[in-house]
Amino acid sequence: MSKNSNLKVFLNGFINENPTFVLILGMCPTLATTSSAINGLSMGLATTFVLLGSNMVISLLKNIIPDNVRIPAYVVVIATFVSVVEMSMQAYLPALYDSLGIFIPLIVVNCIVLGRAEAFAAKNSVLKSSLDGLGMGLGFSMALTMLGTIREVLGTGKAFGFTLFPDKYGMLLFVLAPGAFIALGYLIAVMSKLKKA
Amino acid sequence: MAQLESSFKNMVLVLSGIALFAAGTLASVYELTKGPIEASKIAKQQNAIKEVLPPFDNLADPVRISDGAENMVVYKAYNAQKEFVGAAVESSSNNGFAGKIIVMVGFDKDGNIVNYSVLEQKETPGLGTKMVDWFKTNKANQSIIGKNPAIANLTVSKDGGEVDAITASTISSRAFLFTVRNAYQAFITNKDADVAAVNNTTKTFN
Repeated sequence: MSKNSNLKVFLNGFINENPTFVLILGMCPTLATTSSAINGLSMGLATTFVLLGSNMVISLLKNIIPDNVRIPAYVVVIATFVSVVEMSMQAYLPALYDSLGIFIPLIVVNCIVLGRAEAFAAKNSVLKSSLDGLGMGLGFSMALTMLGTIREVLGTGKAFGFTLFPDKYGMLLFVLAPGAFIALGYLIAVMSKLKKA
Repeated sequence: MAQLESSFKNMVLVLSGIALFAAGTLASVYELTKGPIEASKIAKQQNAIKEVLPPFDNLADPVRISDGAENMVVYKAYNAQKEFVGAAVESSSNNGFAGKIIVMVGFDKDGNIVNYSVLEQKETPGLGTKMVDWFKTNKANQSIIGKNPAIANLTVSKDGGEVDAITASTISSRAFLFTVRNAYQAFITNKDADVAAVNNTTKTFN
């Protein structure tokens, strides 16, 4: 019973409450960083790390944080994790850091992270909160990778940097912002159809 | 354990505690990553210099030039016999389609362009971003490799020059060629500077 409910918490982030396709949260990084599959995936993984860390720490601290100052306390915790990710990425993955640019520090204000802290970690045990953070993060990564792959294939004829068809047949639109909206709209439609079925 | 009550004392203590702990964590991560961040920035620049220059053994200390609007850095290269083989010039332009363009251009000792490398640009994906290899591609009048800006008119053909602009990205092309011409100016004014004096300050480059 308890094992089952843990699994349910973990899987929640993938389909039922997928942050991108169902909750429609965190649209800014979703649209801006998914110009290629690898960018989408790495943005997703960076967010996953932050979600896991902040959910874990916040659920540990939930009893000693007075109610009136909980939001500032959460934001400090989240910002710390984001800065750690940012500095490590700049040190060890400089190429990736250059391509994600401003969107790494902006994870601080990603509503998925604060949303899960407030809605889940503040009320649940450390184990469940960690699973929730991991599930939500991986669900977000999955959504970003799908969107990134679609845009990269249609826009440049590549998938994860491997050429599928020549560049000149690519639709430039999909690399630019409007393509992100179009692809995201279709993905959300497909996902909600699948959910109903 | 019940939740702490929201008294003034509790709120101040808890928030300060969390902030202090966060500060400690960040300080230690900063110390840990400071070295690698510096190293990766230097490696990126050194690779760009190597890429755009003919083979060389020593690199002189960079000469920084500022003409008010744009900053340029000249790296002069010497072979083992301390002969001048060429120079790499880092040059920039604010006239791109979106933001700053920084380019490293390599010249041989006669001023012919050996190669170039775009260090930073935020041009439109799929259009202006093509500058990364458009001007290296040997097709029609696209390539600037091997040309000498003293002889060749390195402006886009729309402006009467001899270089084909990137299709649909004349602004990006103009800005790019501007950095190249600027780099050549910096190269020409600095290449005859006292070589002996520079030789004393050359450091081993590997």
